[in-house]
Amino acid sequence: MGRSATTKDAHALFHSLRSAYAATPNQLKIIDLYILFAVVTAVIQVAYMAIVGSFPFNSFLSGVLSCVGTAVLAVSLRIQVNKDNKEFKDLPPERAFADFVLCNLVLHLVIVNFLG
Amino acid sequence: MAAQETSQSATFRYAFGNVLSFSVLLLIGVMAFSIRLFSVIKYESVIHEFDPYFNYRVTQFLTKSGVYDFWNWFDDRTWYPLGRVIGGTVYPGLTLTAGALWRILNSVNIPLSVETVCVFTAPVFSAFASWATYLLTKEIKGPGAGLTAAALLAMVPSYISRSVAGSYDNEAVAIFALIFTFYLYIKTLNTGSLFYATLNAIAYFYMVCSWGGYTFIINLIPMHVLLCIVTGRYSPRLYIAYAPLVVLGTLLAALVPVVGFNAVMTSEHFASFLVFIIIHVVALVYYIKGLLTPQMFKVAVTLVVSVGMILCFAVLAVLIALVASSPTKGWSGRSLSLLDPTYASKYIPIIASVSEHQPPTWPSYFMDINVLAFLVPAGIIACFLPLSDASSFAVLYIVTSVYFSGVMVRLMLVLAPAACIMSGIALSEAFDVFTRSIKFHLLGVTQNPQDNAGDTTNVTQNDVKSEKSEDTIKERPSRKSKKKEKENTEKPSLVSRVEKKLLVLPLETSVIAVFLLVLLGAFYVVHCVWAAAEAYSAPSIVLTSRSHDGLHVFDDFREAYAWLSHNTEVDDKVASWWDYGYQTTAMANRTVIVDNNTWNNTHIATVGTAMSSPEKAAWDIFNSLDVKYVLVVFGGLVGYPSDDINKFLWMVRIGGGVFPHIKEPDYLRDGQYRIDSQATPTMLNCLMYKLSYYRFVETDGRGFDRVRNTEIGKKHFKLTHFEEVFTTHHWMVRIYKLKSPRNRIRGKTKKSKSQKSVSSTSSKRSGTTKKNPWQ
Repeated sequence: MGRSATTKDAHALFHSLRSAYAATPNQLKIIDLYILFAVVTAVIQVAYMAIVGSFPFNSFLSGVLSCVGTAVLAVSLRIQVNKDNKEFKDLPPERAFADFVLCNLVLHLVIVNFLG
Repeated sequence: MAAQETSQSATFRYAFGNVLSFSVLLLIGVMAFSIRLFSVIKYESVIHEFDPYFNYRVTQFLTKSGVYDFWNWFDDRTWYPLGRVIGGTVYPGLTLTAGALWRILNSVNIPLSVETVCVFTAPVFSAFASWATYLLTKEIKGPGAGLTAAALLAMVPSYISRSVAGSYDNEAVAIFALIFTFYLYIKTLNTGSLFYATLNAIAYFYMVCSWGGYTFIINLIPMHVLLCIVTGRYSPRLYIAYAPLVVLGTLLAALVPVVGFNAVMTSEHFASFLVFIIIHVVALVYYIKGLLTPQMFKVAVTLVVSVGMILCFAVLAVLIALVASSPTKGWSGRSLSLLDPTYASKYIPIIASVSEHQPPTWPSYFMDINVLAFLVPAGIIACFLPLSDASSFAVLYIVTSVYFSGVMVRLMLVLAPAACIMSGIALSEAFDVFTRSIKFHLLGVTQNPQDNAGDTTNVTQNDVKSEKSEDTIKERPSRKSKKKEKENTEKPSLVSRVEKKLLVLPLETSVIAVFLLVLLGAFYVVHCVWAAAEAYSAPSIVLTSRSHDGLHVFDDFREAYAWLSHNTEVDDKVASWWDYGYQTTAMANRTVIVDNNTWNNTHIATVGTAMSSPEKAAWDIFNSLDVKYVLVVFGGLVGYPSDDINKFLWMVRIGGGVFPHIKEPDYLRDGQYRIDSQATPTMLNCLMYKLSYYRFVETDGRGFDRVRNTEIGKKHFKLTHFEEVFTTHHWMVRIYKLKSPRNRIRGKTKKSKSQKSVSSTSSKRSGTTKKNPWQ
């Protein structure tokens, strides 16, 4: 009895999540796709390291952290560009994107240096 | 019309306030620089103490050979025969900063020498640090508190003690980097701008380059983020302030060779990763909460909690198993001794023996932060009204730094900026209340109707805020306070408007209170200047003493190093206790066996054992290390208390920790350390005793040691394996040469090669067999 109730709840939850997410604007969905891509790349890299071994460690670290870093920065961009966030309504999205690009530049400069 | 006039006068007031605060900041910078120049005026422009000499030598190498050679430098002049990888074991921030300064100055044709740049780096960066304190406190409370805190930091004795002109050590730039990183973090937290987050990561990189204390930042910021999450203050700005810092910061920290992979593998950084995961979970929860209806959200919570908990526990168990498998649970020795103060004395005597690592005494708090010690609680209370993210960070900072300063005296330095910020806030708020009361009593009756009309649309918070900012720009605990009258005529209406909400004290009380606060500031200033001039300006390479016939200057150290550099071969090795290693390599330019880096405990224990052994055994040990000269520091003739005989028990303990045949009770008579006639035979025969007191009886006929205040035990003896080559003017540094072995050995010798390993040699040594401890 409890089982079916929870599965029904799970289904209802899943549907409501799906419908709510479909309502987000396309701009944000593109950013979400980019985040998903970065995370999947990170997972692939970790799996590769598990198979092949972690030498050279600095390359592994810089690869994984670059994926995690771009994901984090994309999430920050999404937070700043999202029109539902009242804290950022004074921030023009161009400024948010410029900050995003600058931070990515610094991140990738460090990555390329650390890649070895 | 009236509105335009008020806005014009408002801009004029703002402009005037800005110019005034800019000039005040300039003066604060000049004061921070000048108060640290006492040692240059009283003595000379010379590098102080021990560690700065190493930094100076590294900077010399950097300016001569360039960055690439410095980065890959392997130093073979120290830790003979092991050498030291300088590029990989030094925090490069200080040397790169000074080298860059020297380069820039020379390129604009200001030909300062490297030594001058090194000596004056610390005062320059302390001026920068006080400006950074202004910025940080402005973010927390407001510009008035900022100016106050900056003025307090420029003078606080605890910071002066590590940043006088000549104290060329990591803390000189690291404290500036610390405060600046905190400022950028708070700025990101307040504005939510990714630009400041990038700058924050770069400032954190500079901090990692400069000092090992960067672990304080990477643990304090996660603690603060956790505190904000737990108290319900999570916001998207918190995510932007923290998450990019962790990723960028870890990468940048891993770039510095000293840190390397420790940035992801040691327990000191795990807190940041843990909070990184937590903040992502919290962010996800808030996001989903925004997406779903409340009832659906409840369903989601129950589902996730049940599944997620199991997953969480599994991951946590794996992590704990990993960490617990290492003997120190992944922490380094120094960090462990911070968390458990008794750790070092039990396991690592070298860390316990450094005088800076001892816990401070109660009077040292009053000496080092003086008046701020009792302004800090007031500041903590002021931070709670109202509590914001930034002020909760300030409270967390002061609480953690008070704890750590109680563990190690050296960390009083980290307490100083926090204490200045808190006191600045407290003083500024106090002045706020008092001057507001004075203004109300003096001008509260006269009201301007036009101003009233212009201000009715303002929300009450704006009133309070603008009025506060006007007042606080003018107020600081200066030695001379006046000129509030200029302000008084301009805003009477706001005062009357807000007096319903704010409490106001009677006029006489306020006047007396302002006067007393100014007096407090005056006492603080007097103490700081005294501390800077008398207590913290000694270069410790040159000593002075006043007696009835004037000022005596003891320049024995430099005399000894100059003798070494002029009278020995370039490749000769000098053995001494590790305190003097840096100075010997920097000033005498000779290879040493151990130095202040103390990275190899066994090597230091070898030297300690040699100093504690009888002459023959010591000669054998030193000969196996290719040592030519032995240097000891002796203060018995002039009363210099930090000499090697006073440090001798540490040599015994450290040597005994690795070579068990050295036992500390052998050197003590009834548990007391003595060098007079009651001393044990082991003590009277050991190398340190002999080298310190050789021919000492010739000075006054009795051999009276002025530091230990007794006559020495063994007065007339000869040295068989060493010969004295130099003793400085006041007998403070004595240099001996190892005698070469005799050509012809008389009598029967047993040339038995004993197969025993070093650690199990017996304590009884017969005189004729050559018991080489290395065979």
